[in-house]
Amino acid sequence: MSDARWEHFPHQADIGVRGIGPTLASAFEQAAVAMTAVICDVDAVAAKTRVEIDCAAPDTGLLLVEWLNALILEMAAEGLLFGRFAVRIDDLRLHGTAWGEPVDVARHAPAVEVKGATLTELDVRRRANGEWIAQCVVDV
Amino acid sequence: MDLSRLERLSAFEWRIAPRGAMRVPALIYADEALVADMDDKVFDQVSNVAALPGIVKASYAMPDAHWGYGFPIGGVAAFDPDAGGVISAGGVGFDISCGVRALTTGIDCAEIERCSTELANSLFRHVPAGVGSTGAITLAPEEMDAMLSGGAAWAVARGYGATDDLARIEEHGCMAEADPAQVSDNARRRQRREMGTLGSGNHYLEVQRIAEIFDPRLAAAFGLEKGKTLVSIHCGSRGLGHQIGTEYLRDMAIAAADYGIALPDRELACAPLNSPIGQRYLGAMRAAINCALANRQIITHLTREVFAEFFPEARLDLLFDVSHNTCKVEEHRIDGAVRPVYIHRKGATRAFPPGHPTLPAALRPYGQPVLIGGTMGTASYVLAGVEGNEQRGFSSACHGAGRQMSRHQARRQWRGRDLSDALAAQGIIIRSPSARGVAEEAPGAYKDVTQVVDAAEKAALARKVAKLEPIVCIKG
Repeated sequence: MSDARWEHFPHQADIGVRGIGPTLASAFEQAAVAMTAVICDVDAVAAKTRVEIDCAAPDTGLLLVEWLNALILEMAAEGLLFGRFAVRIDDLRLHGTAWGEPVDVARHAPAVEVKGATLTELDVRRRANGEWIAQCVVDV
Repeated sequence: MDLSRLERLSAFEWRIAPRGAMRVPALIYADEALVADMDDKVFDQVSNVAALPGIVKASYAMPDAHWGYGFPIGGVAAFDPDAGGVISAGGVGFDISCGVRALTTGIDCAEIERCSTELANSLFRHVPAGVGSTGAITLAPEEMDAMLSGGAAWAVARGYGATDDLARIEEHGCMAEADPAQVSDNARRRQRREMGTLGSGNHYLEVQRIAEIFDPRLAAAFGLEKGKTLVSIHCGSRGLGHQIGTEYLRDMAIAAADYGIALPDRELACAPLNSPIGQRYLGAMRAAINCALANRQIITHLTREVFAEFFPEARLDLLFDVSHNTCKVEEHRIDGAVRPVYIHRKGATRAFPPGHPTLPAALRPYGQPVLIGGTMGTASYVLAGVEGNEQRGFSSACHGAGRQMSRHQARRQWRGRDLSDALAAQGIIIRSPSARGVAEEAPGAYKDVTQVVDAAEKAALARKVAKLEPIVCIKG
């Protein structure tokens, strides 16, 4: 099994984010990294401030959407970007930590604002090779 | 899209016969080339919408239709609450009441071109755009409520613009029956510092040259003269609308089963209009419409301030303000009787015909101005609603060019800086905080807007009035 990683996948109007990892939690962490990469270069985001997030949902798909939307809310309301994430999931309850810093337009050159995580192409599951994927399209 | 799956009713009207769970047919207004280029997802989505409870007559797709969320972008559907009709948060979209307004300036394009660089720089400084930009106004809680109830009328009362502006806005600038109590604390938190900001993505503020007049009578009525200039503003309800869309999409996805609604696609999450959650969403969505109208009104004021520095004599009059992502109650003649229905327009505009009672007196004989936003390198159009279009998508029209390429692909194909330089060589000045954002919005990532508006005209949705070309474009 390969390491945790992320990728983007195309949607005609917007963009898809996909996290892949050895555990469900790591796939969620990577999906969050993929979402930041929609906005700017993830490596440019320093871990200066920390936000704690708790959410829950009736299934793992909606839990991914809740997690990403909780991050979008914090980014938008507090003017932050996040570059690193830690997630713990117990029985459809998620506790996450996001590390980041205030948006610096000159340094981060954010390309686009993410409006919301959607249910389109929403897929959270374990692949045959044992690794987890967590994906959905985000509206920009 | 495979044309063999469609019935061709005319060169510009295509039908998908009801099958499976579809309660009504689906109708697509476009020419053969546009339909052939549409993603198969448009076929699926326009068919899925036709399966929703209480849908009236048909599920419609406009000429710029492309793959959306649940509904296609460029989708129109009406629902009857007394027949179990639904309201869908996905069918309205995240950017509630995103729309375009156009201001006539009366200024010759040669005069603008003499100072276009300075004008672009000044607009870029004065109108907040892009991620992390904040508005000059921070709303206190009671002001937030007043804004959510009052819309553009609230903004005018606070000194942003003139009372005359209001007649030229859908709902006269104030969406009735908004219910700020249904707007969550998180939605308010997202909006606190975002009043009067453009946002990002496909949002823009453009100074445009009136390049061509197609209908002199309508152009004169709209104050459009070849060689003069116009300002177009494209933006929406900002963080507040996005958060309302997010919250109600989730709540409706969870609640749909309780109402016995089988969703062909979870993103179609909806609830009966006559249900507590349906009513709560209606109240919150209407508040978000007011937020979008107030936002565009404030940006209009900021734009006028900049123009006043360069052209003290100029008057920037509001031609019209249209909204793209809404659900509104409208009276329509259906099978011989006039009755109210709830019209979802997702990435589509109203296009009321001449004589429509809601149009301001000065526009009523001519039809509603329909503002079609193009790309930063091509053109935009002013159209007008036409007689008889009530029978074709409840008096609706396309809203823009419609994407044909993903952001992903666009980013691989173009570099923002090269694109800005190439456009500058054509006399189009781009100002944006993000080169990558410019690349993702490359003109080549969109369908040919001219082909889209030609199809809208030939399908008798709306009539072409004028073509606009960008001189200055502020991108979020």
